[in-house]
Amino acid sequence: MTTPAAELVEIALAEVARTGPELGAAVLVSQSSSMNLRWALNGLTTNGLTTSGSVTVIVGAPVTGGTGSGVLTRQGLDARGVRDLVADTVALARSAEPAEDAAPFVTGSEQPGFADPGAETGASTLAPVAEALGEVFGRSRENGRESFGFALHELTTTWLGTTGGLRYRHEQPQGSIQLTGKAGARSRSAYVARGTRDFSDVDVLALDDEIATRLRWQERRIDLGPGRYTTVLPPTSVADLMVYYHWSAEARGAHEGRTVFSRPGGGTRVGERITGSPVSLTSDPYHHELGCADRVLAHASSETASAFDNGLPSPAVTWLDRGTISALPTTRHTAGLTGLPVAPTPENLVLTGENGTAGTAELVAGVERGLLIGSLWYIREVDPQSLLLTGLTRDGVYVVENGEIVGAAGNFRFNESPVDVLSRVEAYGATEVCLSREWCDWYTRTAMPPLRIDGFNMSTVAEGS
Amino acid sequence: MSPRFGQQIDQDFLALPLDALAGAALQEARTAGATHADLRVQRTRSASMQLRDARVSSSSDVVAAGLAVRVLLDGVWGFAATDRLTPEAAVATARRALEVARTCRPLVAGRVELAPEPVHPDVTWVSSYRQDPFTVPVADRARHLAGWAGTLLAADGVDHCDVALNLCKEQKFYADLAGTVTRQQRVLMAPEVTVVAIAPDGPESMRSLAPPAARGWEYLTGDGWDWDDEIARLPGLLAERVQAPSVEAGSYDLVIDPTNLWLTIHESVGHATELDRSLGYEAAYAGTSFASLDGVGSFRYGSGLMNVTADRTVEHGGATIGFDDEGVATRSWDLVRDGVLTGFQTDRATAALTGLGASNGCAYADSALTVPVQRMANVSLAASGTGTTTGDLIGGVEDGLYVVGDKSWSIDMQRYNFQFTAQRFYRIRGGKLAGQVKDAAYQGSTPGFWGSLKGLGGESTYHLGGAPNCGKAQPGQVAWVSHGAPSTLFEQVNVLNTRAEGGHR
Repeated sequence: MTTPAAELVEIALAEVARTGPELGAAVLVSQSSSMNLRWALNGLTTNGLTTSGSVTVIVGAPVTGGTGSGVLTRQGLDARGVRDLVADTVALARSAEPAEDAAPFVTGSEQPGFADPGAETGASTLAPVAEALGEVFGRSRENGRESFGFALHELTTTWLGTTGGLRYRHEQPQGSIQLTGKAGARSRSAYVARGTRDFSDVDVLALDDEIATRLRWQERRIDLGPGRYTTVLPPTSVADLMVYYHWSAEARGAHEGRTVFSRPGGGTRVGERITGSPVSLTSDPYHHELGCADRVLAHASSETASAFDNGLPSPAVTWLDRGTISALPTTRHTAGLTGLPVAPTPENLVLTGENGTAGTAELVAGVERGLLIGSLWYIREVDPQSLLLTGLTRDGVYVVENGEIVGAAGNFRFNESPVDVLSRVEAYGATEVCLSREWCDWYTRTAMPPLRIDGFNMSTVAEGS
Repeated sequence: MSPRFGQQIDQDFLALPLDALAGAALQEARTAGATHADLRVQRTRSASMQLRDARVSSSSDVVAAGLAVRVLLDGVWGFAATDRLTPEAAVATARRALEVARTCRPLVAGRVELAPEPVHPDVTWVSSYRQDPFTVPVADRARHLAGWAGTLLAADGVDHCDVALNLCKEQKFYADLAGTVTRQQRVLMAPEVTVVAIAPDGPESMRSLAPPAARGWEYLTGDGWDWDDEIARLPGLLAERVQAPSVEAGSYDLVIDPTNLWLTIHESVGHATELDRSLGYEAAYAGTSFASLDGVGSFRYGSGLMNVTADRTVEHGGATIGFDDEGVATRSWDLVRDGVLTGFQTDRATAALTGLGASNGCAYADSALTVPVQRMANVSLAASGTGTTTGDLIGGVEDGLYVVGDKSWSIDMQRYNFQFTAQRFYRIRGGKLAGQVKDAAYQGSTPGFWGSLKGLGGESTYHLGGAPNCGKAQPGQVAWVSHGAPSTLFEQVNVLNTRAEGGHR
C-alpha cells in the first residue's frame, strides 16, 4: 500500500457517502508484517519475511424487509482499487436478502493517533533469538540431543472507520516461540513455549535449560496402562482446554439447546455453578501482558462477532465467576435473541483461582500417585452435549509418586470435557502467561494456572513418542 | 495440457505483469549468486457463506494476492513475500530473501540440495470444472442454499439446519532460474449441510456426506453428487439417530464406508508417508512418523489387501494440479503395495537428501505469504478387482458395526493411536443392518488396524472423499486433499462408548 492506511479508510467512506446517503459502512484497513524462523535437527530449515495489507469494506444497504449486507476483503489495493471495492460491496449489499445481524453502524469520533502509520517488524526482532539458537544447537549436539522449533513475530495495525464517524486504530504485536528437544533416538521428547509481544522477555537459553531438565526426568521409563489418574495439567495444557471451552460458549447455540452451555428445557446455563472450585475465567483488553483491541474488529460475521458491531466497545468480561457461569459471548444480534447482555469477546483469556499462589512443582508435591503432563495435542470435539474432547498427551508424561517425579510414562489418548475437568479441580496454582499448544496459531494471549485434576481419563495408551 | 472442460485461466490474472515480475526478481537472485531462485505470484479468492435456519448468518469474500521469492544461496534458503505486484517490489522482495538467507547461513545444519527436474519452459494447466462458482451471484448462491435448508426445516424432527459453502479459486504463476514457467488455475468447492434435533437427552445432529471437490458450481446442481437424494434422506437418518441406543463398548468387526475411511487413510497413511515428517522436519509441530525410509520394500503396513496410491493428477482431487510449487510435473505412484510400504511423498529437497532421485511433486504453499512445504497428494486405497458390494461385506459379518461418514478425528504425533467417530454407526447382526447406535468411536493403532483389513469392496463401492483444511507446517498452512476408498471390512476393532468415556453413563 503506498497510500497511507488512514487515508484509504477516508477514501472508502467518502465513496460510500458519494454512492448513497442511505448506506452505512465500516471499513477496516490492516497492515501486517511478520518474520519467522523454523528449525529442526539442530539447524534452521525455513524462514520468512513478509509484508501485506488488506482492505475490508462492510456495507449495509436498505433492501425490502431490512438491511442487506456486503462484506468484501481485498489485498494490495491502491486508492482506485478501494473505490472499485466499495462499488462491488455496495452492489453486493443492495442485492442481498436482509441480514439477520444488521444493526446501525457504531458511531463515534476520531480517536487520538488514528492517522499514525503502522509499524513494521523485521529480521532484527528475531536476531537475538537466532543468536541464542546457535548456542542451543551447539549444546544439543554436545549432549546428544536434537532441537526443533519455531519462532514467529507479527505486527498488525488495523484502522477502522465507520459512517457513524468513529475512527479507531489498533496496533497488535504478537509473537511466540516453541522449542522441542528430543533424546534417546527420539524416544524422549520435551516441549516448552512462550507467548510474547516483542521477544524482550524471552530467554531462549533458559527455555533450553528447561528442555534439558525435562529430558532428564524421562531417563527412567515407567509403563502405565490406561485409567483415571490424578493429573497435574501445566498452564499450557489448561489453556488448550479453556480456549476450546470459550470457543464453544457462544450464546446463540447455547440458547437453542445445541451445546454444553444449554439448560435442559430451554435457555442457557448462565447463573449455574459448574464447579465448587473458586476459579474465574475472564477477558481483559487492558491486561498488562496480554493487551488486545478494546473494540470489536470483525472482518466478517461469525457465531461470536458481527460485522455490524465493528467499533463496539469490547470491555473486560468475566465469563466464569468463582465457579459460576456468568456470561456467554454475544453480539448485539445474539444478545437480543438470547436475552443476555452484549458481551463481545476480547481476544485474551485468563483463568484465575482465588488466592492461587502455588507453582506447578507445588501442585506436583501434593500428588501421592499421579501424572504431570508435558502438553496436550490433536484435540478434537467428540460430543457437543458434554463438550467431550479427545486428544493425546505429547512430549512427556511424568509419573509422580509421593510428590516426586520418579520417571516418565508413555503417551495416552485422553477423553475429557473441559467443563467436567473444571468440576474436578482438586487444586490450582498461580496464574501465569502461557501459550496454548494446540491453538497457538489462532489464540496466543492466555494466562492460566496449573490445575490438579481428580481422575483425568487416560483412555488408551498411545505408542507415539 | 488441455483442460477437460475447456476452461481458461482468468485474463485479469494473466494480465498481471507476471513475466516482468519474474524477470526482475530472478535477475536479482542470479546476480547475487543464488543457485536456485523461484518467483511465485499467487492469487487466491476464498468465499464463505453460512446459513442458520435458512438465513444467511455470515458471508465473506476475500482475495489475497501477492508474490513470493525463494532463493537458495550457498545452500541456505531465504524467503520473502509481499502483496505489492510491481517489478520494483519483486526486486526488493528478492533482496530481502537473499538477506534472510545470509542471516540464517551460520545456523543451518547442512546445505540444501534439490533433486533434478526437467525444465518446463511454458506450460498452462486448469482444473476440470464447468462453471466458475464465482460467476454465480452471491444472492443466487444464498437462494440455492436456503432452498435446501427450507426443505429440511419443513421435515419432522428437524429443529435447526446449518448450511455452509466454501469456494476457492487458486491461481499460480511460477518461474525459476532453470527456466520453468507455469501458469495454473483451479476451482474448489466444499458444501456441507447439517440438521439438528433438540432431543430430551440433548442435541443430535446429522451431516451430509458430500465431499469437498475440485468442481465448479455444477457440483451443487447434480454433477458429482445427488443432493436431492441426500437432502431427502437426512431427516429420517436424524430421527433414527435420536432414537438409537447407546453402543456397548467392545471389539467389533467394522464395515467402514469410504465416506468415513477416507479420513482414516488421510491420518494414518497420508500423513505417515510424508518423507519430511519421517525425517524429522515436522517433529516440533505436526509430528514425525512410525514409517521410515529403511522400511521401503519390507515394512508390513497392513494386510495383503492393502494397496495405496498417491496421486496428484486424479480428476476433481483436492490436491490435484499440473505442477507443484517447485515446478515439478505431478504424477501418481505407489505408497503401499500388497500391504508392504513401497514409497513416500517428497519435495525436491527431501528427495535429494535421501537419494531418491526425483521429487514426486508434493511442494505446496497455501498463499503468496507462505513458503512451499511438502504436502499430501491425493492418497487412496485401491478397490478390489471383484464385484464385491457393501452389502456383500455386511452380509459376511455376524456381529459388528457399519460406519458411515466422518465426524471427529485425532491421531498421535507418530501416527499410531487414532480415534474416529462417524455420522452414523449401524449395528450389524447376522449379516444384516439392525438400526443405528450412537455414542461410538473406533480406536486403533495404525499397523494393527490395517493388518486387520479382511475385505475390500469392488469399484462400484469406490468413493473420493476429502478435506479442505488439512493443516501442517509453521507458520500453519492449510490444503485441500482428496482420498478414495472402497467399502472395507476390518476385523475386531476396539469401539469405545463416548458417553462412558466422558463419565456420563
